[in-house]
Amino acid sequence: MKTLDAVIAESPVFFGLTQEQLEFIVGCAQNVHFEEGQRIVKAGDSADTFYLIRMGEVALDLDVPNKKPVRIDTVEAGQVVGWSWLIPPYEWKYDVTATELVRAVAFDGACLRGKCDTDTALGYELLSRFALILVGRLQATRFRLLDIYGTDTH
Amino acid sequence: MAQTLTETAGSLEAMTPVPYAVTAKRQDTYDTWTLELEPQNGAPIVPGPGQFNMLYAFGVGEVPISNAGNFDTDERLVHTIRAVGAVTKALCAAEVGTVIGVRGPFGNTWPIEDAKGKDVVIVAGGIGLPPLRPAIYHVLKNRKDYGRFVLLYGARTPSDMVFLDEVKSWQCNYDVDLDLIVDAGDTDWKGKVGLVTKLIPPAEFDADDARGFIVGPEIMMKFVAQELINRDLPAESIYVSLERTMRCGVGLCGHCQVGPTIVCRDGAVYTWAEVENLLAVKEL
Repeated sequence: MKTLDAVIAESPVFFGLTQEQLEFIVGCAQNVHFEEGQRIVKAGDSADTFYLIRMGEVALDLDVPNKKPVRIDTVEAGQVVGWSWLIPPYEWKYDVTATELVRAVAFDGACLRGKCDTDTALGYELLSRFALILVGRLQATRFRLLDIYGTDTH
Repeated sequence: MAQTLTETAGSLEAMTPVPYAVTAKRQDTYDTWTLELEPQNGAPIVPGPGQFNMLYAFGVGEVPISNAGNFDTDERLVHTIRAVGAVTKALCAAEVGTVIGVRGPFGNTWPIEDAKGKDVVIVAGGIGLPPLRPAIYHVLKNRKDYGRFVLLYGARTPSDMVFLDEVKSWQCNYDVDLDLIVDAGDTDWKGKVGLVTKLIPPAEFDADDARGFIVGPEIMMKFVAQELINRDLPAESIYVSLERTMRCGVGLCGHCQVGPTIVCRDGAVYTWAEVENLLAVKEL
């Protein structure tokens, strides 16, 4: 079984950081698990935490007045859920729910934010890496706006 | 060996609709129906996987519709049709007992023989599943002849998925790596949410010895093909089915011409290597 240090060091979002940077990040991390159906985050909550999913899957849901919530994305093992901890107003935009048993690493985003203010090299690294996550989500959202299944086929 | 009338250009047989009666009808989504057809006279035609027929709503017009039947066992023709224009709306409105005209089968087939011994990766988008259904059934029936079988199916919403119960039964009854994804779901949806391309990186197959079959709108096939190439599956091993306005079915009229190729005669199944550059040309 991998140690928390190894899981974090090998994850795409933290891969290649210096040993000192990794040690600080590991100090802000803890293993967590969520049962199927458990709500992890509610939209509007303070975004002081983000998660690296190690096993299972979580869903991002958006409440729609007078309708059932819309499931707008799922995040699977190996991916990170949560970028709002890095960008004001540090508030979750969606509900996050475990759709199955989830094992994850939870990071203290508030702690990391403070560190990024004083350690600009780490701040730059993290912002660059989370920008990639944001761009990926933006592109996926734009592709979905294309309604790629909407045109006629045979 | 599947029949094809494409090579009989100009013959009476290729150009004359044969009367078929609608023997069963099922609504798949809000705008999509599946019709089962039996000939009123003579033996039924037997389209191969990937081939299409021209269906004629008498007095309205004729459209090309892919074969969706299980060609290994079905004696009836099965066609899944989305009601988008006058002819497809007329076909979808046809009740059991209605007689429509059928010409075909036309075009080439999925290379299911060439895929034997290899992993098979099938990616369908929306109503793109029915044209792949005959190939899927062939692989399932001859499961031991193929390697891993990966089936990835994406749609706009769960209610836009066709043959969903059947797809889930394949996963239960056969050795199939099935993954489903929708652009947007609700909290009852248990599958993934996002683009169908998201399913490709984690899919388990041997890119050195696999064949990929893709059907969906061209923009979806483009993204999927690129993602398969990112997994090192060569463009020559990726097959797509092109949708064009086939009219004659035998390569005479030119309505379905894409650059140097006539889709009804040379396709509709092509390797991605053959059509990637053609589909990048806006005017085509």
